This record gives sequence, structure tokens and C-alpha cells, in this order.
Amino acid sequence: MGLRTPLYDLHVALGARIVDFGGWDMPVNYGSQIEEHHAVRRAAGLFDVSHMCVADLHGPHVREFLRALLANDIARLALPGKALYSCMLREDGGIIDDLIAYFLEPTWYRLVVNAGTRDKDLAWMRAQAVTFGVEVRERAELAMIAVQGPTARAQLASLLPPPDAAAALALEVFCGAQIGDWFIARTGYTGEDGFEVTLPAAGANALWTQLNAKGVRSCGLGARDTLRLEAGMNLYGSDMDESTHPLETGLAWTVAFEPADRPFIGRGALESIRGAAGGNRAVGLLLDERAVMRSHQRVATSAGDGLVTSGTFSPTLARSIALARVPAAAAGVGGTVQVDVRGKLLDARIVRPPFVRHGRVLV
Amino acid sequence: MSNVPADLKYARSHEWLRQRADGTVEIGISDHAQAALGDLVFVEVPEVGRNLAQGEAFAVVESVKAASDVYAPVAGTVVEVNTALAQAPETINQDPYGNGWIMRLKPSGALSAADLLGADAYGALADAG
Repeated sequence: MGLRTPLYDLHVALGARIVDFGGWDMPVNYGSQIEEHHAVRRAAGLFDVSHMCVADLHGPHVREFLRALLANDIARLALPGKALYSCMLREDGGIIDDLIAYFLEPTWYRLVVNAGTRDKDLAWMRAQAVTFGVEVRERAELAMIAVQGPTARAQLASLLPPPDAAAALALEVFCGAQIGDWFIARTGYTGEDGFEVTLPAAGANALWTQLNAKGVRSCGLGARDTLRLEAGMNLYGSDMDESTHPLETGLAWTVAFEPADRPFIGRGALESIRGAAGGNRAVGLLLDERAVMRSHQRVATSAGDGLVTSGTFSPTLARSIALARVPAAAAGVGGTVQVDVRGKLLDARIVRPPFVRHGRVLV
Repeated sequence: MSNVPADLKYARSHEWLRQRADGTVEIGISDHAQAALGDLVFVEVPEVGRNLAQGEAFAVVESVKAASDVYAPVAGTVVEVNTALAQAPETINQDPYGNGWIMRLKPSGALSAADLLGADAYGALADAG
């Protein structure tokens, strides 16, 4: 038996197929993964993401700490409630994890990191936090539910008393606020609008059941993966890990080299890499043939071999899409490469992710 | 608990086999197999007339999650394939023992009972796996 979220028994009662995900017993689907995917693109769906790790960072020097810890610059968050996506790097630029940081109060920030990297992330953060006097407090008592899709925000708001509903609906993109017992953030991992709600575990079943009653569909990790891939979002452990750096995994936009006088862990390594020729780049791939690209498949290019890092069948495009890492010299959008799919070399076209955003096909 | 009809035979590799009145056999994948694969998106069926050895891969069923070979539970010649699956692979998810059949085969010899499982034995295997 693996680790279980507060919603586990409800998932089983709802007919979920349970799989192991990084040591957690999680729902992969509740019947049809494709129907769940379409529900999120067309209306709304809900996901149990309680396996992810919420860590609250406290201390008078927490801002300086995060400016040193993260490759993106926490100082970009001017006001409480704003959120930032960032990588946390090793000295050599390798990606320890990707995360979202929320500015809650001048002495309190919240990080949400991946489930599978929880232990090493907490150990790394605590080791770095010592000199800043920052306390890293894991909030394992909280559950997290993502409500995603074009009708998701209205559906969630309809469960709240009018003043709270108004506050939730007033949240701007990539902002969050504590509203009653719930921390509501307008974030997600699907390419659709929606909320991620962090709440006391005791309230998780009721929230899930109430949203189900309003027609919001239960969605498993299967749909979560096809949705994030269509949205061109990386998955830690597939599209990036400690052996790769942000500049070759499509995350250069998350590295704040400016201001030039901000030291952060990994900066020196990334500056050397940035100045050097060659290297790899992350690209999106589209396949015309009736086959499905999968992670670890070889990508043959005019400049040498690359690798599919995530591949799937896209329910929205009704064909296979992938994220791949290929030699920079062959990474131009519009170019053609060949992917080794089960022993056959199939042509794939290089596109710029995202493939789908807000229900619209972009490639 | 997956659905395991009592009137069919099964292979350990999760194919089912139905003996038909004309001497041919109809073959598909079990309810357990389709549930494990998840939503099917592509099905590659064999060509009519192809001769298959027992245990030979004759079809590929590909889901959102993974591609999987389908193996001939008995040796024989392909006499008919389910061409409707090309446009509607999800038929295998919805009706694995009916409209989701994959091919009909003329067996090259007598069916060997030793290599095939009855519903009880297959049901136990599926529940264990």
C-alpha cells in the first residue's frame, strides 16, 4: 500500500482506477481519460493534487533567501498574493525541482513542490535556509484540489458566501488569497482557467462531492498529463531533472539573469552555458501518422540525435504530440525531424508549444 | 472485478477466443486488458490471408497510455478483420467481447485445450494481475 491522500476512499467509491504515482496511490482515471480531458477543455473538471508538497517559509529574511534559492526572481512579486513559477537549481545548473512560490506576507512565502521530490526538496531548502534564519514548515495536514476549465471559477465561487465568491472571482491570473478556510489560487496545470484550492484535509471530501453535484467531472492523473502536455508544460522527472538545466528544457523564460547583481544558486553555471555554442533545446513535435510518440524515443535530426521527453495522444488534436530535446542547430520551428516509434522512423514537425491553450488549438 | 464471459476461452496474454459455428474463431482482447490499457486511440489489424503461428503478434492496440501487441492464441489463417476499429478504436473499450472483436481466424489444426484457459481460471488470473 502506498501513501494516500485524504480523498483516497472517495476516489475508490467513485470507481477510480488507482495506480502508483511516486509512492502515492492515485486515481489515473474514473472510466474514460479522454472524456475527462474533454470535460476540462469544454466545461470543468477537478483533480486531487493533495500529494503535492506545500511548504510554508517563515522569517524576516525569507525574501533574500528565496532570491538566492530560486532561478526566477522572487522580487518580481511586488504585492502579497502574487505567485511565481521557478526552478530550484543545483550549483551546476541541474534542476532539483520546479515549483510555484506565493508571496503571502513580507515574512511568509508558500512553496508548492512536486510529490516525488518532496524529501530532497525539503532537505535542500532547509540546508540553504540556515544562514538566512528561515524556517521551512511542511503543511502535510492540507489537501489540495484543482478545479480547471472554462466554467471552473464560476463553479467553485457558487459554493461560497457572496463576499467570498466575489473575492475569489476577483483574483487575477497567477494570484492567490486566503478566503475563509481555503487558500484559493488562480493557477493550474491544464492550460485552462481555474483555481487550485488548498484547504484543511477534513473539508476535502465535501468540496469534491459538492463540485461533482454541480456537474464538475472527477479527473485522474491520466487526463492531467494529456492536458499539461497540450499546454506545453513540463513534467518534472520526464522533461527535466537534475541532469538537465532550464536553458535546454524550454524554461529559459523562468531564469531571471537581470538584475545582474543578484546571485542565485546555479547562476554561474547557466551563464557559462548561455555563452557557449551548441547544446540542446526543447521543442514541440507533431506527428501526422497514426501512431503515438512516447518518452525516451530517439529523435533523428540533421544535427544529431535528440530525445522525446514526453509524448502522448492529444485528445484535442486527435493525433500524437510530444515535447523533445534536440540539438539547438536543428531546433527551428517548422523543421522536420524523425522519431523512432516502435522501430519505424516517422516524420514529425517542430512546433512551438503550447499546442492548446484556453480550448484553442495553437499549432 | 472485470467481466469474463463463461462461453469464451482465454489466453494468458489476455486475448479471448470464441468458437463459431462455421469452424472459424473470433478473437479480441479481454475486458481486463482494455481497462488496464485505458482509452484506445489506434488499432492496427492484420491483413486478411496472413498465416499466423500460435503466439505470434498479429495486432497492435494503442491507448493514450501505451502501445501493446496482441498475440494469436492459436495458429491459423486470418479470414476477416474488424475494419470498423480504424475509425472507432474505443469500441474495444465499450464492447470488448462484442463489436470490439479484432479478427476471425481459420485455425490450422484442432484447438489445444491445454494452451487456453476457461473463464474461471482466466478470471482468477486477471484479478491477481
